[in-house]
Amino acid sequence: MVCSKHPVSAAMFMIISLVGVASLFVLLEAFFLAVLQILVYAGAVMVLFLFIIMLVDVGPNAGKSSKMKLISGLAGAFLISLLIVSFLIIVQSSGWIGGGANWSPIIEGAEPVIGDNLSFSTSVKSFGYGLMTKYMLPLQISGFLLLAAMVGVIVLSKKEEQNTN
Amino acid sequence: METISPSHYLFLALCLFSIGFFGVLLRRNILLLLMSLELMLNGINLALVTFSRTSLNLDGSIFVFFIMTVAAAEVAVGLALLVALYKKRQSVFSEDMNLVSN
Repeated sequence: MVCSKHPVSAAMFMIISLVGVASLFVLLEAFFLAVLQILVYAGAVMVLFLFIIMLVDVGPNAGKSSKMKLISGLAGAFLISLLIVSFLIIVQSSGWIGGGANWSPIIEGAEPVIGDNLSFSTSVKSFGYGLMTKYMLPLQISGFLLLAAMVGVIVLSKKEEQNTN
Repeated sequence: METISPSHYLFLALCLFSIGFFGVLLRRNILLLLMSLELMLNGINLALVTFSRTSLNLDGSIFVFFIMTVAAAEVAVGLALLVALYKKRQSVFSEDMNLVSN
């Protein structure tokens, strides 16, 4: 996806990888999140991306190679290798390599709340329970964030129209 | 045949994050930059769901829900900004966004 020249093919590869992540969510038994991933990302976000790609009509004439690009690439390679090494050290020390940590089975019909933490469950009901009790304030804040984003987008596209007139 | 352990999922999440990171660093097209940002968020989501599944705790999954919300809002605002910039400068490349320097 990162290497493809044309933005439309990049978007297509992006859709493939998003659907792949959704299928991994299914394998991790987070069915609600998988459905949400398909709906939000592959359904809404990528359609928006494709729409904008068609709208602004960017060609495959990608950017000129600059010195900045080389420097940032090297710095990024260094950072990522640091990240990978630390990841491997952590995984090694926690003994997770080779099925050291097995998947603990999900207890069906368990209590939605044990103490202060919500127990993992495949049902949407416990998800909504967690959202409405423990995460009530973040839920409202994210709703407000969506409202602010909507108002911001409307203002952004409206102002430009007045300038062109 | 080795079974799939949580570390495999975490390694895939790391790969997704790194690919997105390199996309953000190396691409000059702002559309592709936003897409790479989405890829990074997806890697984080995968890692969070894996941790949530291994520790049998729903908090991680609920965090993923909020990350998706924020990502959708971010994409909407970013693309609106991109269209406004394109109308002004007729370009989507980040080298041309030098309003301050000249």
